[in-house]
Amino acid sequence: MDLGPHAAFIWSSYAIVGVTIAALITWLYADGRRQAAALKDLEARGVKRRTSVPSHADDNHAAGSL
Amino acid sequence: MKAFLSLLTRDLRLAARDGGALGTAFGFFLIVVALMPLGLGPDLNLLSRIAAGILWIALLLAALLSLGRIFETDHDDGTLEVLATGPLPLELVTTAKALAHWISTGIPLALLAPLLGILLNLELKAYPVLIATMLAGTPAVSFLGAIGAALTLKARRGGLLLALVVLPLYVPTLIFGIAAVSAAAGPDGLTASFLILSAISLAAVALGPWAAAAALRIQMQ
Amino acid sequence: MQTITQKLANPTRFMQLSGIVLPWIAGAAAAILCYGLFLVFAVAPIDYQQGETVKIMYIHVPSAWLAMMAYGLVALSSFGLLVFRHPLADVSAKAAVPIGAAFTFLALFTGSLWGKPMWGTYWVWDARLTSVLILFFLYLGLMALRSSLDDESTAAKLTAVLALVGVAILPIIKFSVDWWNTLHQPSTGLTSTIDPSMRIPLLIMALGFTLLFFAMHMKAMRNEVLRRRVKALRLSDIARRDGRTSQPTPAAG
Repeated sequence: MDLGPHAAFIWSSYAIVGVTIAALITWLYADGRRQAAALKDLEARGVKRRTSVPSHADDNHAAGSL
Repeated sequence: MKAFLSLLTRDLRLAARDGGALGTAFGFFLIVVALMPLGLGPDLNLLSRIAAGILWIALLLAALLSLGRIFETDHDDGTLEVLATGPLPLELVTTAKALAHWISTGIPLALLAPLLGILLNLELKAYPVLIATMLAGTPAVSFLGAIGAALTLKARRGGLLLALVVLPLYVPTLIFGIAAVSAAAGPDGLTASFLILSAISLAAVALGPWAAAAALRIQMQ
Repeated sequence: MQTITQKLANPTRFMQLSGIVLPWIAGAAAAILCYGLFLVFAVAPIDYQQGETVKIMYIHVPSAWLAMMAYGLVALSSFGLLVFRHPLADVSAKAAVPIGAAFTFLALFTGSLWGKPMWGTYWVWDARLTSVLILFFLYLGLMALRSSLDDESTAAKLTAVLALVGVAILPIIKFSVDWWNTLHQPSTGLTSTIDPSMRIPLLIMALGFTLLFFAMHMKAMRNEVLRRRVKALRLSDIARRDGRTSQPTPAAG
């Protein structure tokens, strides 16, 4: 498949898009696993979610209700 | 209305007493304009072609310098909270602040900028037009800048962040400012771009304080 | 009847729903993109002027479209946060900004790579490229503002205000850049009327990219919800530990 005289530009633009999207996806999965691991570790240490144990120090601003 | 005027005159008096702000802004303006020929070369007809652009960009940067201050001093000593709970709605407080900044920094810079046109070999007939466009454009600089100042009030690296946040908002003012200057040099004098420039400024004056007040309310929650 | 956004307001329900939907969207995105790439490289005709370099259009245009759509999504989420206090609005905005910035960068990069064979230079101050460049600065401003504020909830609301100011001024920026562009050089039509044989692959690629964006955005939102849960748990853990040590008698609450 001959891509003509400017083949380099075509390949490099497809490469940059591919690399960036791949980097985004791997970062997202790595971040997901890291958060899940942290969550599992916390629950292993007996820190229950607010819903299961009424903890007194719960302020009701948005982050707290998550 | 009286409260608005008293706040405005208070800010103007403060700005006048602390002459340093205008001094530094104008010093910065001078050094930026002086650096340009050193960078771009002393060729006079090149400089005269881009003089208006250099003066406008230097004006935007110089005004940006003094913008961080309009809320900071009041925020630090708590008068901002007092003003917020005072008779004047927060939107009018931000309007007064931005107006004070325009009068104390915007107008002087706009009037003094053309003097530096000499350094850049600006043609003589471009002077009145340059002053007119700068006077018409600087309200947008102050009022859009007030939004940035309110947003970056408690942020770390406030000054840099303010520039990054506010400069994209200045793009229309810069484009139509320069367009008005170059168009005015043409046959039909002040043209559509000058009107659009003024329209942008008026829109900024009308809508800017709303966003700035919203940001201040969030800051003070 | 709860609207879809109210139904999604509850983070746990969002996590359940997105857990089911995410693989399907990701799968569909991958399938459509593969089909699109097949069309682009095997079927689509070459452009009579540019020859093969028109193939760059098939990723440049979708990236630019996503860059703008992502900013629209950020503005919508910001509006949802400030006006409706939707608990997931900030999660959506915070998740969408980096992905949107990435696609804006891709649009600029592929645009300049396309410019070299077509206009002979890597960067041309064409109206479209310039507007996308300024859009990139708006993204940078959002990320910089959010990262330089410590308290999360004020950072969220302030970034929302900036996003709304940005989306309000974007059309004026677009208008002024177009005006500025016609002032200096005739605007070179990037995509003149496209021949249907080229338009179909372009639409398929655009659809694939859009699905990919929503899959990534949803995954980023899920990560953000988990991050906030971890943070909340750590705070409550510390609070309980302080409660136990500082007051030997059992804490009141």
